[in-house]
Amino acid sequence: MGKEELFPSVSRRDFIKTCITVSAMLGLPVSMVSKVAAAAGKSDARPAVIWLHFQECTGCSESLLRSSHPAVANLILDMISLDYHETLMAGSGHQAEKSLHDSMAANKGKYILVIEGAIPTKENGIYCKVGGKTALESLRKAAEGAAAIISIGTCASYGGIQSVGPNPTGAVGVRDIIKDKPIINIPGCPPNPYNFLSTVLHYVTFNKLPDLDQLGRPKFAYGRKIHEHCERRAHFDAGRFAKAYGDVTHAEGYCLYKLGCKGPATYANCSVIRFNDGVAWPVGIGHPCIGCTEPDLLFKTAIADKVQIHEPTPFDSYAPVNLKDKGKGPDPLTTGVIGLAAGAAIGAGVMMAKRLPDGPQKGGDDEKTE
Amino acid sequence: MSHDEFQKYDARILTPSFVVLLTLTVIGFALVAVRFIWGLGAVTNMSDGYPWGIWITYDVAVGTAIACGGYAMAILIYIRNRMHYHPMIRSAILTSMFGYGLAGFSVMVDVGRPWNSYNFFIPSKWQVNSAMFEVALCVMAYTTVLLLEFLPAVLTTLEKTQWKTLQLLLDRLYSRMGMKRPERIGDRLDMVKDVAAWLKPRLDKVLIFVIVLGITLPTMHQSSLGSLLLIASTKLHPLWYTGFLPLLFLINCMFIGYSIAILESIISSYAFKRPFETKELSGIAGIIPWLTVIWLSVVIGDLTWRGQLGAALSLDFYSRFFLLDFGLVAGGSLLLFSGRKRESIRWLFVSAALIVLGGALYRFNVYLIGFNPGKGWHYFPALAELLITVGIVAFEILGYQVIVKILPVLPKLHTRQQLDTEHGVVEKV
Repeated sequence: MGKEELFPSVSRRDFIKTCITVSAMLGLPVSMVSKVAAAAGKSDARPAVIWLHFQECTGCSESLLRSSHPAVANLILDMISLDYHETLMAGSGHQAEKSLHDSMAANKGKYILVIEGAIPTKENGIYCKVGGKTALESLRKAAEGAAAIISIGTCASYGGIQSVGPNPTGAVGVRDIIKDKPIINIPGCPPNPYNFLSTVLHYVTFNKLPDLDQLGRPKFAYGRKIHEHCERRAHFDAGRFAKAYGDVTHAEGYCLYKLGCKGPATYANCSVIRFNDGVAWPVGIGHPCIGCTEPDLLFKTAIADKVQIHEPTPFDSYAPVNLKDKGKGPDPLTTGVIGLAAGAAIGAGVMMAKRLPDGPQKGGDDEKTE
Repeated sequence: MSHDEFQKYDARILTPSFVVLLTLTVIGFALVAVRFIWGLGAVTNMSDGYPWGIWITYDVAVGTAIACGGYAMAILIYIRNRMHYHPMIRSAILTSMFGYGLAGFSVMVDVGRPWNSYNFFIPSKWQVNSAMFEVALCVMAYTTVLLLEFLPAVLTTLEKTQWKTLQLLLDRLYSRMGMKRPERIGDRLDMVKDVAAWLKPRLDKVLIFVIVLGITLPTMHQSSLGSLLLIASTKLHPLWYTGFLPLLFLINCMFIGYSIAILESIISSYAFKRPFETKELSGIAGIIPWLTVIWLSVVIGDLTWRGQLGAALSLDFYSRFFLLDFGLVAGGSLLLFSGRKRESIRWLFVSAALIVLGGALYRFNVYLIGFNPGKGWHYFPALAELLITVGIVAFEILGYQVIVKILPVLPKLHTRQQLDTEHGVVEKV
């Protein structure tokens, strides 16, 4: 594959840094970093990965390559043995197809199959062909010998934009075709590269797949809503919303909910790890979340549509503040008693002070008694 | 240390002041009963805004400072090794014992759900990071330590007693009932005496450790009394809210302690018509100004550093109370800088009174007057609430009055007079 020429070698520092990042993302303790590093660095243990493209825009692969840690793309290729990737491999034509078949035969039952893009099913899937075979055929054949399938991106996970009505090609996600293999969905348009990397490394380290939610997404990445950790959440809670793009409220960085932000209904970790080396993400730069990890939101609802929020609801008013007089103040009887007592005490004190002797007393000189 | 330095004050117990104090005590404790039957609302004006009223402010915050006489005297005598002040320690410890014991009692009256308080004795329920927990633990431990420190006075009396009153009472009782008094009662009484005699020298040996505890514990919790208010950053007025609250409270309790030791000595000498202990008192009075000067410098320095000097001099409600507490302490200390005034019982009394008032007002300012929980909240103690505090104070004085008459607490006059004459002879020679 000639990946040494394509990607310069990884320094140990970068390698360990990435392993730490990935361990943290997976919610693993620090002590696991060395285990992850060991697993990632063991060349024999590199799982073979076969990456097939179907109806897609290659955005997922682009996202992976443009992940801002420059080492990440390298690491993927050093940690796994990427035997077939239509857009990255140097070879083409029969040479490339041979590589695919060789790898499938050699690693039968062990390789990880990564699918990018939806699969057309109408007219026997003639709408997408590679090497003379339809996507449907390729998928079924590759899936037979796969240990697990990772559907990267929303198209491979749920069908994506191709599957939106009228869906002329009958596009569906991998899970609608393959039923007998473990399928991990890494949805997103594009997904965060770290979510993919972490899933692969989880498999490499523990030899099992991470916990998944009902939609087949790894819980470590898709366990919480964008809204829960959104940097604009304080504005939401305070009822400060951007009213229009370019408006003062928008420039002030207020909550984008009223512009159609799907954050309150979207399960993803974008608000935490962000994109481009953790510096930017859609909501951060002023665009509402479009819910790209949710099969029912992306391309199914308009970007400007507001999602129904069940809990918590934004304030429509402030809690009442009781500014009336509370607690009991002084009453005449008590103040009278205190006044009399204080007066008597001061009077008694003064009288006593007057009666006390002034000037030095002939007292006991106890200095010498001890 | 010898137990011969002390003597009991031979006088009638039933005096008019005894009756007055007893009346006040009975009223106060009757109202405590009302509080436990009908709840806090029946006797107090405390509210959600002011959950700490006069009980915590006076009985606990001020009361324990006033009860720091024992602490201040113990530092002076045992740390600075001024053993010639030793004759004054017992009366100081007695007042401390009452002060602390009743502060703990007040807390039990004050807490909303006293039936949960047993949790305090279960270490697994402790919240060891809490300043309040520290105060509670220290107050409880210190009360025990004070009891131990005071125990020699009780043991000496038990050892030497002839049980005259008791014997008389028993004889009368048995003759009333037409029975012969059994012998074994006398044996039992002798046994108590023997135990006291056995215990006393042993207690004397370990007493110094108890005293060390008695100095450590107040240092810990008096500063914690200041820390308690650190949590109320938005509620306590900036004139008083500072990170130095713990330090200010610690120094404050020391000068109040010495001042109250002076006041107690003068008042009890005056009331019991005993000679004044001028020499000791002026010695103690020489320490106070140093403490107050440190305290006043910290206060001013802190206000300057936080930029609140203008607020202190603005003469609004808070500023006036601040100036009053500051002025009282400063004024009292100023008097004590004069060597001649330190020799005068009258000026000692006036300055000690001013400092105690100022120091106590400082604690009132921090706990109550400078405390504003939010718009609309008011607090002023209810009459019943006040009478409970009065009852507790009355009980304190009453106890002191009675105990000095039955136990050897006050400095021994006999030796003093002897020494005075000896001293006079030396002078003449």
